[in-house]
Amino acid sequence: MSRLRRFFRTPEAIAGALILALLAAMALAAPLLFPGDPQAIAGPALLPPFQDWSLPLGTDRLGRDVLAELFHGARTSLAVGLAAAAAALLIGSVVGTLAGFAGGLIDEVLMRITDAFQTVPSFLLALAFVSIVGPSLGVVVAAIALGAWTGPARVARAEVLSIRERDYVAGARVIGMHPLEIAFREVLPNALPPVLALSSVIVAAAILTEAALSFLGLGDPNRVTWGGMIAEGRTVLRTAPFLSIVPGVALVLTVLGVYLVGEGVVESTAVRRSLS
Amino acid sequence: MTVLAVSNLAKRYRRGGKPFAAVDDVSFEIGPAETLALAGPSGSGKSTIARLVLRLTEPDAGRIDFESTDFLALSGAALRARRARLQMVFQDPLAAFNPRATVARVLDDPLRIHNIAPRAERRHRIAALLERVGLDAGLAARAIHEISGGQRQRVAIARAIATRPSLIVLDEAVSALDVSVRGQILELLLDLQRQERIAYLFISHDLGVIRAVAHRVVILDAGRVAESGDARAVIANPQSAIGKALVEATPRLTRNRP
Ligand SMILES: Nc1ncnc2c1ncn2[C@@H]1O[C@H](COP(=O)(O)OP(=O)(O)O)[C@@H](O)[C@H]1O
Ligand SMILES: [Mg+2]
Repeated sequence: MSRLRRFFRTPEAIAGALILALLAAMALAAPLLFPGDPQAIAGPALLPPFQDWSLPLGTDRLGRDVLAELFHGARTSLAVGLAAAAAALLIGSVVGTLAGFAGGLIDEVLMRITDAFQTVPSFLLALAFVSIVGPSLGVVVAAIALGAWTGPARVARAEVLSIRERDYVAGARVIGMHPLEIAFREVLPNALPPVLALSSVIVAAAILTEAALSFLGLGDPNRVTWGGMIAEGRTVLRTAPFLSIVPGVALVLTVLGVYLVGEGVVESTAVRRSLS
Repeated sequence: MTVLAVSNLAKRYRRGGKPFAAVDDVSFEIGPAETLALAGPSGSGKSTIARLVLRLTEPDAGRIDFESTDFLALSGAALRARRARLQMVFQDPLAAFNPRATVARVLDDPLRIHNIAPRAERRHRIAALLERVGLDAGLAARAIHEISGGQRQRVAIARAIATRPSLIVLDEAVSALDVSVRGQILELLLDLQRQERIAYLFISHDLGVIRAVAHRVVILDAGRVAESGDARAVIANPQSAIGKALVEATPRLTRNRP
């Protein structure tokens, strides 16, 4: 409880939490407030915002409701960001734990693979992966995770290297526990805190990568995404700049919110460490 | 008949790039229900011998026979199964357990791994183990970090005896405890030895404790055996220089000498 209070002590953390709460509310409310297909035509094309109160943010080039698209886009951004980050953290922790705990040849091979993935810019990797496999939500999540797991893997490995020398790991061996059980049940959970500290950066990067893929037309075509909206608006940037600005601002705020919350969490745990 | 026979054991490490012998040509035997103490100053190789005997570290040379089989020849599942018979208690009972564990989990693991009791029965087994080491069965639900150091060391002993071992290695197992708690734990160890006929490899730098619990003692110096023999006889009349120094450094021994 006191940890929560410490988290909410800084104004930045409060702002970040508010932004994320709003975003989550938008994502959850999207199908209730805008039950129809957000990609369906809802009115005249290129209606400016604040003109027609049934279409508060106006319509795009094809006459689609911008507010409905914004809400459904929040759903995609959040879902992809969280799923990709979760996948990256999971893959990274498993690879890092295996490498650090097994050592020797397994460590060598796994870390070479990690190096190889890290050398390729993660956006190019995602781009190549989606281009080959084809755009769908699952593929986009996998593509983003593919470029994001190396950081968690390195952090997990470093942590596991220090934990595996502790007495309790020797104790687990002495009672005859299987090495895989020792690695994943005894060592991995204790190696997680520094790995999870990376999650806000990874979620923010995943949301941006998803937007960039959609902007290039490599997002799931059946989903509204903010990146796709920006790309759509670009063709009419001079006459209807709001079509790009609205999803752009939403994107920036979201990434900012994730970042601020991440900082707040790190800060509140760091304070606790230095106090204890 | 012996439970453990160690012969010509050797282990080298590197220090500042140069190899040095942490354990050098060490041999000893332990019989059933016998306590053999390993004594020696800090850095003399006591913990390294414990780790070698437990197959936590591999020796460079030598032989370990445990219950009349070549212990060094075992690996994988065969080694894990055999570990039920050869247990350990560490010095720092807090470091010896997963910081997230509860008392119940710590005791459940060996019962589960060695199929000692089906899941439904294990709760009773855990309660019985706790009572066997003088703890309240209600302690099972507590987290390891919530209980006292003395209670923790009793849990460590309960875990060690859960698989009915013939030998327990105790590496400075009472050194970190308060004097009053230390006496109780030593009493418990002696009681378990009488009842279950467990042999102990009892590692300590404290000759006073060794004289109280050990039948025989091996005194180490820089990885080599300096002298060995009946614990009381060696402590009363040490022959080696290091043995004399250790006795000198323990005032209550010289004062009480008959
Ligand atoms: N893993 C290791 N790597 C390098 N040197 C070690 C290692 N373990 C122990 N040593 C060295 O071996 C010697 C014996 O250590 P140890 O067996 O812990 O002694 P003791 O338990 O009698 O104090 C010490 O000099 C120690 O520094
Ligand atoms: Mg030691």
